Amino acid sequence: MSRQSEDSTRTKLAPSPTDEFIKGLWRENPVFVQVLGMCPVLAVSNTALNALAMGMATAFVLLMSNILVSLLRNFIPKEVRIASYILIIATFVTITDYAIQAISVDLHKSLGAFISLIVVNCLILSRAEAFASKNTVGKSTVDALGMGLGFLFALFCLGAVREILGSGAFFGIVLFPIEFQEWVVMILPAGGFFTLAAWLLVFNLIKRKEPTS
Amino acid sequence: MKEQATIPTTNSFHMLRAMVGIGALCGLLIVLTYEGTLPRIEKLRAEALQQAIFKVIPDISKTQAFTLKDNVYVLAGEQDENVIYAGYDDQGNFKGVAVKASGQGYADIISILYGYNPEKQQVIGFYVLESKETPGLGDKIEKDQNFLDNFSALDVSLTDGLGAIRNRVVPVKKGTKSNPWEVDGITGATISSRAIGNILGKSSEKWIPIIYKNREVFKNKKE
Repeated sequence: MSRQSEDSTRTKLAPSPTDEFIKGLWRENPVFVQVLGMCPVLAVSNTALNALAMGMATAFVLLMSNILVSLLRNFIPKEVRIASYILIIATFVTITDYAIQAISVDLHKSLGAFISLIVVNCLILSRAEAFASKNTVGKSTVDALGMGLGFLFALFCLGAVREILGSGAFFGIVLFPIEFQEWVVMILPAGGFFTLAAWLLVFNLIKRKEPTS
Repeated sequence: MKEQATIPTTNSFHMLRAMVGIGALCGLLIVLTYEGTLPRIEKLRAEALQQAIFKVIPDISKTQAFTLKDNVYVLAGEQDENVIYAGYDDQGNFKGVAVKASGQGYADIISILYGYNPEKQQVIGFYVLESKETPGLGDKIEKDQNFLDNFSALDVSLTDGLGAIRNRVVPVKKGTKSNPWEVDGITGATISSRAIGNILGKSSEKWIPIIYKNREVFKNKKE
């Protein structure tokens, strides 16, 4: 019981839906602030398109599982909650997998094994456990939208930089004259770490200048 | 011990009810999505296969599926298994066949398509249809140009009796390829590239002699 009352005080601090939404997008951005779900962030952000597709897939799974977990929150006993959440998340990942296959074979090929790995993205489980299981469907939806878009935004930031520098292109459109020497390291895994570090630096500089509330 | 005693225990029936209920709901959702997307996925897969055939047999404009019945290749229907695809150019000249093969990779089953030209007695093209190999390492089998060059003229010539392949296709360590039937590996994708060599070796050993015997069937049965 003490845990529940603690949570209700925490939610009182952020009551408005806009605030809840902005929280995921900016103040508690899953990648730049919480540094969650690093595996797809580093691995599938080699082009802007892959990053967008991965971000959308993750956001969809996050949204749907948050809604379902929130709907069933009074039905799931706490002893089996993690197993139930994983079951729900895995279901939506499978659905996303079929949907992507139905959209494009090439896209499915380039995202490859990372679609199935959304199941173990700790961002999704953490939102289910920390938020959706304790809040109403409406609030959970807004939370998932904020967090999902925040994740998508971060992935896109990485993907865009890596594609522009690593392939000299943006969404497959060549940007630079032929003399441009691509930074091959940027599309390799190491480039993911460099770009993430650079974005974290930029993000923290911006955040530091913001007046603290 | 005290703490344990104060934790209220949930009726195990409730736990069971929750797990079974969620399991049934999730199962239903998955089945519905599967059924809903299947026709479109199959259509896209067929298109992708068609494009893959054009990749593994260069310079063709038409394909025709064949299946094996009593050791003779006949035109294949939609439901047939063990289908191979013959490719023809604009003039209707037979240019080669595309054969599907699969085998265990590092992560999962890898399925590939390769082109075979009976005139040259060579494998002339290679394409990965499906693989779940580790991104960045094992998936080099689809991208590494040096590796893909193995399959532009890989020797699968038959013995004088035409009953078997003279030299089985074998994978070798990177940089040690010295014979035209060897597949040069990839550093950092050792297991995956070796798997491709073995899949190709096994499949070609079994199918190439039969396909070679039937080469006149493909030449004559265009359209």
